[in-house]
Amino acid sequence: MATTMTTETPANGGAAAETVPLSGLRRPVSKWIWLGVIFAALLPLIGGQTGLISNFYFLQLSLMIVYSIAVLGLNLLIGFNGQISLGHGAFFAVGAYVTAILIDRYEMHYLATLPPAMFVCFVIGYLFGRPALRLEGHYLALATFALAIAVPQFLKYRHFEPFTHGVQGINIFKPDPPFGMPLSPDQWLYLVVLACAIVMFIVARNIVQSRMGRAMMAIRDQPLAADTMGINSARTKSITFGISALYVGLAGALHAIIFEFVSPDSFRFELSIAILVGAVIGGIATLSGAVIGGFFVQFIEKYADALTKWVTSTVHLPIHLEPWTIYGIVLIVLMYTMPMGIAGGLASLWRKIRPPG
Amino acid sequence: MSNMLEVKDLKAYYGPSQALHGISFSLAKGGITTLLGANGAGKTTTLRAICGMVRAEGTVTIDGEPVTGKATESVVRLGVGHVPEGRGTFTELSVEENLRVAAYTRRDKAAAARDLEMVFTYFPRLKERMDQQAGTLSGGEQQMLAISRALMLGPRLMLLDEPSFGLAPLIVQEIFRIMRRINEEAKVSMLLVEQNAALALDLADHAYVLETGRVVMSGTSADVKSDEQIRKSYLGY
Ligand SMILES: Nc1ncnc2c1ncn2[C@@H]1O[C@H](COP(=O)(O)OP(=O)(O)O)[C@@H](O)[C@H]1O
Ligand SMILES: [Mg+2]
Repeated sequence: MATTMTTETPANGGAAAETVPLSGLRRPVSKWIWLGVIFAALLPLIGGQTGLISNFYFLQLSLMIVYSIAVLGLNLLIGFNGQISLGHGAFFAVGAYVTAILIDRYEMHYLATLPPAMFVCFVIGYLFGRPALRLEGHYLALATFALAIAVPQFLKYRHFEPFTHGVQGINIFKPDPPFGMPLSPDQWLYLVVLACAIVMFIVARNIVQSRMGRAMMAIRDQPLAADTMGINSARTKSITFGISALYVGLAGALHAIIFEFVSPDSFRFELSIAILVGAVIGGIATLSGAVIGGFFVQFIEKYADALTKWVTSTVHLPIHLEPWTIYGIVLIVLMYTMPMGIAGGLASLWRKIRPPG
Repeated sequence: MSNMLEVKDLKAYYGPSQALHGISFSLAKGGITTLLGANGAGKTTTLRAICGMVRAEGTVTIDGEPVTGKATESVVRLGVGHVPEGRGTFTELSVEENLRVAAYTRRDKAAAARDLEMVFTYFPRLKERMDQQAGTLSGGEQQMLAISRALMLGPRLMLLDEPSFGLAPLIVQEIFRIMRRINEEAKVSMLLVEQNAALALDLADHAYVLETGRVVMSGTSADVKSDEQIRKSYLGY
C-alpha cells in the first residue's frame, strides 16, 4: 500500500503526491444514504403505530422534505450553474397555486396536479431566464428580487379572484390514504412527499452527471471557455433556470397539499431568502446539502423566534434581543466556520478524523 | 488552394472603445501563422473576434465559409478549437469531464472516442490523471488539458492564445514539440498568439506583428527572424 503511494509522481513540484479525490458527486451513493432512506420510509410504521411520533411531527418532517426539494432546485441553479436568484419563492407560490386551483376549482386528484404545477413553473422559469440571463450578477439578483415582490401582488389581483380567492387564499382538504391503508393522512402525505423527494434527488444526480450537467458546471467555472467548447450558454442557462423553477414549483405544490391552504401572504419575500439561506447553509454545490438546507429552512420558520425568546428569558441577558437575532448569529457563525456549507464542512471534518486507509 | 483562415479589415469593439482597427491576415491550409505583439496589442481580441465572442466588423472566412456575425457555438461547429487565454480550466470538474465537455457538440461518438485515444498519444500524462480534479493540475498540465480539449472538438483550425504563458521553459518546449506533431500528423492548421516571439517564430511559417490594434509588420517567419531591425523595434529581443 505505502509503496504505491510513494511511487506516484508529484503534480506540483512535489507539493501534493496524492491524486486529489473528486467531490462526492461522482462517488456511488453510499449505503448509509440508502439505509437512511429506508429508515425514513419505515417511520410511519415504527413511530406512528407505537405512538412515538405524533401527526404533528409527521407534518413537520414533511415540511422539511418539501423545503429540501426547493433548496435542491436552487442548488442546481446557484451551485451548479453559478446563477443567483433572490426570487425563487415566486415559483414556490406559483406551484402551490396551480395545485390549489386545480384541486379547488377543477376537482382534480391531488397527485395529478403535480405535473401541471411543475410544467407551468418550468415554462415560467425558462421564459424568465431567457432575457434575465443577459443580466450579470447583481442585476440578475435584482430582477429575481422583483419577481419575488411581484408574485404575491399578482395573486391578490382583483380579476383573478374567481381562481385565487384573493387575499383570503384557498382552502383544500387533506386526502385520505388510498386502499384503506392503516395510516393517518399526515403519515400518508409524509410518504408521498418522501417518494417525490427521492425521485427528484435521483433525477438531480443524473442531470448533474449528464452532458447537460457538465455544460452547466463548465459555464459556472469558466463562461468564456465554455463558449469555446461549443456550448450554447444562453440556452443552457435558461433551461437550468426552468429546471430549478420546476423543483421549487413541485415543492410549493406539495406544500399546498400538506398545509391544506395557500394565500398570497404565505409566499412573501422572506420565503425566497429562507430557501437561499437553506441552500447556502447546506452547501451550495452539493446535492446532499439540500437535505440539511431544507431542515434548516423549516427550523428557522418554526423555532428561530422562539429560540431567541427562550435564550433571553433563561440566560437573563441584560440586553433585549430582537426576534430572529439568534437566527442571524447562527448564520454568521456557520458562514465563518463552514464556508462550504454544513455538508461540505462535515465532509472535510470526516476526512480529517477518519482513520487512514 | 484556398486558405484555412482569411481575415479582412477586422474591427472589434468593447462597448464604445475600439480594440482592433481593421486588421487583415491569412493562414494557409495546414500552416501555422503567429500573431506577435506586446501586452494589449489586440491579439486575444483577434481570436475572440474570429469566434464571435466580441462585437466585430469586417470579414472572417474559415475554409471558404464566411463566419462574421455567427454565434460562437456555430463557429466551433465548423471545426475551430479555441485554446483560450489563461487556459480556461473547468477547475471543479475532473480531467475526464473536462474532455467530455469538449465532446458536447459531437454527434459522432465513435469519432470522439478515437480523438480521445489520439489525445492520449500526444499527452500520456493526462491519461494517468483522468480522475483528478482539473483545478489541482500543474500549470503545464492544465495547458495540455486545454489543448486536448480543443482537439476533442475535432478541429481543422486551432486558435492558441499564449500557450507558453507562465510556464517553465522545459514544459514550454515539450508543449511546442507536441503542437508541431499535432500540426503535422493531425493536419490541424494553427493560429498561434504569443508574446514569446523567438519561440513562436521557430514553430510558425508566417508572422504578423500587431501594435494597438493594427498590423505593423508581416512576412515569413524566416524573414522576420533574420531582420534585426524588426526584432529590435517590435519584438524586443
Ligand atoms: N473585456 C475587455 N473590456 C474592455 N477592454 C478590453 C477587454 N479586453 C481587452 N480590452 C482592451 O483591448 C485591447 C486589446 O487587448 P487584448 O486583445 O487582450 O490584447 P493582447 O491579447 O494582445 O494582450 C487593450 O487595450 C485592452 O485594454
Ligand atoms: Mg492576450
